[in-house]
Amino acid sequence: MERVPILKIGDILLVSIQTDMSDQTAVQLQEDLAERIVATGCHGVIIDITALDIVDSFVGRMLSTIASISKVLDAETVVVGMRPAVAITLVELGLSLNGIRTALNVERGMELIAAARADEHDLAFDDQADADTTASS
Amino acid sequence: MTTGVDLGQPQAQAIRSDEDVVRVRQLVRTVAVAVKLSLVDQTKVVTAASELARNTLVYGGGGTVEVSTADNGRRKGVRIVFADTGPGIADLDLALTDGYTTGGGLGLGLSGARRLVDEFDIRTAVGEGTRITVTKWSR
Amino acid sequence: MALSAEQSSRLAGLLTRHEEQVTQRWTEAIAGSMRGRLSQAELRRQVQDLHRGMIVASEQGVIDLDSEQASELRAVLSELSRGRARQGFSATETAVSVFALKDVLLDLMEDQSDGGALRDYVAFAALVDQMGLFTFESYVRTRESLIADQAEQLLELSTPVVKLWEGVVAVPLVGTLDSARAQVVMERLLQTLVDTGSPYAIIDITGVPAVDTQVAQHILKTVVAARLMGADCIISGIRPQIAQTIVALGIEFGDIATKASLADALRHVLRLSGVETGRRQHRREA
Repeated sequence: MERVPILKIGDILLVSIQTDMSDQTAVQLQEDLAERIVATGCHGVIIDITALDIVDSFVGRMLSTIASISKVLDAETVVVGMRPAVAITLVELGLSLNGIRTALNVERGMELIAAARADEHDLAFDDQADADTTASS
Repeated sequence: MTTGVDLGQPQAQAIRSDEDVVRVRQLVRTVAVAVKLSLVDQTKVVTAASELARNTLVYGGGGTVEVSTADNGRRKGVRIVFADTGPGIADLDLALTDGYTTGGGLGLGLSGARRLVDEFDIRTAVGEGTRITVTKWSR
Repeated sequence: MALSAEQSSRLAGLLTRHEEQVTQRWTEAIAGSMRGRLSQAELRRQVQDLHRGMIVASEQGVIDLDSEQASELRAVLSELSRGRARQGFSATETAVSVFALKDVLLDLMEDQSDGGALRDYVAFAALVDQMGLFTFESYVRTRESLIADQAEQLLELSTPVVKLWEGVVAVPLVGTLDSARAQVVMERLLQTLVDTGSPYAIIDITGVPAVDTQVAQHILKTVVAARLMGADCIISGIRPQIAQTIVALGIEFGDIATKASLADALRHVLRLSGVETGRRQHRREA
């Protein structure tokens, strides 16, 4: 069985799906990713599906599951590079990929993850600021 | 007068494993490209085939698929027949409802596939099996 | 009425023996109806092709135009009618080019006054009739494909996708949107998003006089598909009547951003992306 490679770039895991995956390969990827997120402590996952010429309900469900799992493991998942024909077909199929963040390309995906992480830091910073003001008053 | 080119014999393929589902997708794509379906229509028919092939495998316990070209005189198309000798479908209306599933999937296989093709015909009998014929025409 | 094998070979003989005379008179007969819109040389070449095609077919013992032996002749005929259709000649003018052969044959056979010649002539004429009808059919087919091509070109012309700003593309839709056109627009817009890497798209429907359920559905599906790809769509320029239709039809626009004008939509998008860049700058400074 083929395995989809997972690359680590800085704080991000990059998965570039290059082949027409069998269902088993898709399930394997799901498991591998969960393990890698924990092992590396990465906070972002980018799944690049530029090369996929179809996404059916099985792959769609896998993407949703990966997003949910990584959320539980404190990592943000962004699916990038969906082809127009694939998007149109998914809409017709009735698959909405709820809970999945998407971006046009890897670069935008990285921006999205960076922005999401920064928001969290801002929040922490704000909390700190609030604490400071309360302390000083 | 000569009518269109015959693209050859129907292509048959067994559906017994995951890898066979991948092969069905590739087979359908080849034929869809040959009859000059638009990129979006190719994607739609391959996706529909993927859903139905998986159904044949998961619910029908495996079966066969036959992919052929269709020609109604005005347009060409892809015709795909999925057949299994599995348990059949007891309540067809329910099975064709969005979100209904007995297999733990999303319940979009049958209903979604029907929306992606131009013609959808399903014959099923409990205990005998299911036979689904779909056609997608070029525009 | 089909040709017998003997008639076929007699036709071949006739055409071969009088080659010069046949092509000459045939060309003249057609030239009359063309009124100089086709050069003499080109006409002559076409007639020679036809003449050769007929000889080849009849030497092989052609029975009628549908038979195997006539395949080359059919090719010559469809080539001829394709050309005529594209050059703007009428269907009659095209068919007459073939029917003119009857007069030529009649001239040739008039001197033979036995009954066999008459039967031959009728059989030959039947073949020529078939050829004429065949020309007619290919002519119509060519015109149909021409019309289809033009319709497609029109579709291309009427759906420009323009880049409004860095990261913002727009489709100003003008005219009636039918299902086919809506689909083309949808596909082109989404492709442009990918090609330009633009995360924002504005669909401006100021120039659309009316929408029906199907068209509204297409627009909605475009927005959802764009979202799946990671881009945001804004719809601008909804006319009052269209707004009423949308509500009356019970179409849910849900959380899709709608703006009164293209300018408002652009401002909205710039604010969205501007806030982002502003924040980022702020962060970098901090």
